[in-house]
Parts: sequence; structure tokens; C-alpha cells
Amino acid sequence: MTNAMEQLYQQVILDHAKFPHGRGLTTDAVAPGHAIGESHQVNPTCGDEVTLRVDIDPADGVPVLRTVSWEGQGCSISQASISVLTDLVTGAELTEVDRLAETFRQLMHARGAGLDPDQEDALGDATAFTGVAKYPARIKCALLGWAALRDAVARSGAGLPATTSQELP
Amino acid sequence: MSAHLVTPVLTGVELAAVRADFPLLSRTVRGGRPLVYLDSGATSQKPDVVLDSEQDFYRQRNAAVHRGAHQLAEEATEAFEAARAEVASFVGVGSDELVWTSNATAAINLVAYAIGNATAGRGGAAARRFALQPGDQIVVTESEHHANLVPWQELAARTGATLRWIGVDDDGRLRTDQLASVVTDRTRVLAFTHASNVTGAVTDVAPFVARAREVGALTMLDACQSVPNLPVDLAALGVDFAAFSGHKMLGPTGVGALYGRRELLEALPPVMTGGSMVEVVTMETATYAPPPQRFEAGTQMIAQAIGMGAAARYLAELGMHGVAAHEAELTRALLAAVASVPHVRVVGPLDAADRLATVSFVVDGVHAHDVGQVLDDAGVAVRVGHHCAQPLHRRFGVAATARASASVYTTVEEIDVFREALAGVRGFFGLNEVATA
Repeated sequence: MTNAMEQLYQQVILDHAKFPHGRGLTTDAVAPGHAIGESHQVNPTCGDEVTLRVDIDPADGVPVLRTVSWEGQGCSISQASISVLTDLVTGAELTEVDRLAETFRQLMHARGAGLDPDQEDALGDATAFTGVAKYPARIKCALLGWAALRDAVARSGAGLPATTSQELP
Repeated sequence: MSAHLVTPVLTGVELAAVRADFPLLSRTVRGGRPLVYLDSGATSQKPDVVLDSEQDFYRQRNAAVHRGAHQLAEEATEAFEAARAEVASFVGVGSDELVWTSNATAAINLVAYAIGNATAGRGGAAARRFALQPGDQIVVTESEHHANLVPWQELAARTGATLRWIGVDDDGRLRTDQLASVVTDRTRVLAFTHASNVTGAVTDVAPFVARAREVGALTMLDACQSVPNLPVDLAALGVDFAAFSGHKMLGPTGVGALYGRRELLEALPPVMTGGSMVEVVTMETATYAPPPQRFEAGTQMIAQAIGMGAAARYLAELGMHGVAAHEAELTRALLAAVASVPHVRVVGPLDAADRLATVSFVVDGVHAHDVGQVLDDAGVAVRVGHHCAQPLHRRFGVAATARASASVYTTVEEIDVFREALAGVRGFFGLNEVATA
């Protein structure tokens, strides 16, 4: 086993892939005033796909992402990544969701070198994906869920101004 | 035909000599592991003679072909046309029946767009035979690479023709029994693969050609996977058109070939227009060169065509019956390797007869991408994904497969390395062999 391979498939990734969080699209009633956004994303090279739904609480002008739920199928990297992002962004203010998504995107383009300690602290379990950036073909796998998250937030209509949104991977 | 004779499989010494012709095969990957290249179905590696032929052209003969009166132009044209003759003869057709294209996808699109142009009234009376009417049918198969499916979807959409298809059985073989019902008097084009890039199943072409002739339909054969691995005589197969690519048959990228029966190419209107494909041009109109030049507008991929010619010559010198016999042994080895590992399922025929050494499979509980990553860590290069055949994967209820595909330079020892790496995949992802049986 090469070191790069061990860094790619860290135990936290394997665990999330096996028992993903947030899986199963929620059918809960929408609370008054909440915005719902849903996005379907496909990785055309392998056919992996995810449908992700967000429930956003306007919370008097400081919108908060209340729940993330999703359904999808794909490789361990893509499934674990969606699971980790579910934990990370549930309950977060949208400004924070946007910051996390951008930080994760940067991590994926860091070629395995990681980010500043502050940024890595914010990402929590998602730093386990640092090794993915050494395998260019797998970066899209890790970003699939994040692309769906950003698109779902945008579609909810409760998102931030368009200037903060990054291009989808 | 020598097909009934016993064809000698390459000996160990001969195979070692073949491998020595491919410089890339001696490199290592992923921390010093010897490369086991089992992705030849996507693209093959290239022997020195191919690499040298391209170098030699640029170093010694580089000039525009079919124009210029100088010596270099003569030599370049001669090498370019000699390569055409080499490739044409390799697949049993005439030089004037072989059109250079940028790849096999371009070759199939060329035919589809030419039919579209004929439908729009281009090409005069001779081209009327190709014109489609609303209600006409184009028939493909469920096994097609997107390259032999999407261009026909587009042609149907442009002309009002209807797209129909032949199904695939549980073994991945084409449902030849459906030809009588799916191909009808309204069928104008029957496009099908000679060998699937996913299942490895080799098509029995004869009933397809016979049914097409019965109803007066044109046949378009995707020969990308067959030409590098089997003796192929397109004229003897009796198809009207066929496409194959250079880079899958040990040649360069950027070049492919379209075969068209002489009388059809002569009647077919051009698609790409411009320089080199015309006779007389006025400000109002133009007349077109005879085939194959009519379909080769603009400066051609000269070095790549010469490289493809060198590849055809290399394979012809090895002898395609011997190549096929060697690969038949690899097919048996690959099927045995995959069968020996629990929880691995083949998508395609389990029988080695009429089958290429291209084996797609799924590992229970592990996504194809993850399978490929573990194999890659052992130095084994396979393809993962849908291999540009989404409908076929859907037919088998899977989004993606891993695919091991061999070529003339592949050894049985390499397949052993592949087998060992495959045997470790489920364990790596913590799947217990006993509990999940």
C-alpha cells in the first residue's frame, strides 16, 4: 500500500461511506417561511449522482441551513464527502456554509498539501479528504455533494448574492 | 482462409520481443510498481515503429500533401498514400474506399451528417438514395458506444426518422433474434458494433448484413474494438460502412478511418467542405473531388496517418490470426481470474468463444472507482465508469463497471498480478468474505 493510498482512504472516509449521515430525502413538512432548495448533480465520467435537499430558516435575515437530506449512489469518496458535509453544514448560517464550501474547494486544489490550520479546523472531518487532492481523477468525486449543496442553496432562493457563489466543479 | 488451421499462440520469447517494441511498458507507476496495463480497450500503447514513423516524417519528409511540386511534397504525399493503402489492405478494402478521419467518432458522424445533407437535397440525383423521410427508421443496438448511438439520435431528430434498437441478452450478446421484427421495410440504416467495448462480445455480422440487404438498409459497423484484436476483412463481412480508430490499434491519436463501399462513397455528398476536397470553385459554387478526397477537407493529420499505417504494418507482420490466438488465451485467463475471486460479477459473456479479452465486472459492495483505485495502487491500470455506454450499463442495472482489457502485448503473468490485486479489494474496504456471501 502506498502512503498516498492510505491518505486517500482514511478510516473516517471509509466509516462515512459505510454509514453515511443524512441519507434519505426528508419528507418532513416545511415550516412556515422556510425555503426549500433541491439539486441533482451527476458526475458524467462515472455516472455517480446525488439529489440533495436543503431546508433554510430565514431566521430574521440571518438565514440558517436547518437540514440537509440526500439520496445518491457513487464511490466511497463521493458518498463519504456528502455525509461529512451534512454534519458540517447542518445548523450553520448560510454565510458559514458558503465559506466552508469555498474552503473545501481550496482543499481539493491544494494537491494534498492541506490548508492553514485555521481553515482546517473549520473543516473538521472534511480535512480527511486532503489526500484526495493527490488523485486528480477523484477530486470530482469529493466535490459532487458540495456542488449539489451550493446549487440547492441557490435554488432555494434564500441564498446569498450571486457574487459569492463559485462555479460548480 | 486459415481460420480452421491451428494458429500458434505467441511463444514466451516472441511475446517478450513484442513487449520490447513498446517502450512505455517498461516503466513503473505508483511508487515503483511494474505497470500492468489493462486499459488497451480505451487506448493501446505504441510500438517504436509507430513512434519512429511519425518522427521520421517530421524530421525528413514534412510537407503538405496533394499540392506543391517539390520533392518533399512528393515524398510526403507518397508516404501518406502508402499509409492509406497499408490500412486499407489491413482490413481487406481498396485504398479509394478508405477515408482518413480524426477518429472513429468523426467517421460515424461523417456518415450520419452526409445522410443528413442528402436528406436536405445536397449531392444531386446520385445522393437521393440516402435521403430519409419522416417515418423512416434508423436501427442501432443497446450495446453501442455513445459514438455509434448519439449521431443517429441526432440524425433521427433532424430528419424525422425514428430510432429503434436491437436488445442485448443477459450474457451481453446482441439479440440477433430481434432482427426480423426490429428491422423493417422502413429501416434505412442499421448501425451496430462488431465487438462491444464493455462486454467484449463479438457480433456475428452475417445475419445483420443479410437482414439489412433484405430491406435495403445501409449497414454501419463500429469496428473500433475488433480491428486491433481480430483478423477483420470488411469487404468479406459485406458491410456498407465501417469505422475504426488508430489509437486503439497501436497507432497514434488524432487519426481514424472510415470505410465505405466504393459506389456508396461516390454517391455520398461531402460533410466538411473547404480546401483539398474540391475540383472547380467559382464565387457561386463548387464541384467536389472523388472519394476519398471529397471527405478530407483541409490539411490532414499526415504524421498520424503515417503512424496508423505503421501500426497496421506492424500488426500484419505479427499476423492477426496469431494475435487473436494469443488474445483468446488472455480472454480465458481474464475470465478465470475474475471467476476465482468471490463476489465479482462479469457484465458480459462468461464463455470465451466469440469474445475479446475485454472483461467488465462489478465487485459486490465496492464502487467501480474504488475498485480501480485499489488496482491502480498495485500498478494495474483498468478503466472504470460507464465506458461511454450508459444504456448498456442501465440494461444491466449498474451505473459503472471496472474493465480490464488486454492487447497483443499483454501477458498471462500480468493477469495474475491483476487477479491478486482484485482479490484484495473487498478486504481493503472492510467487507468480510464469509459474512456477506
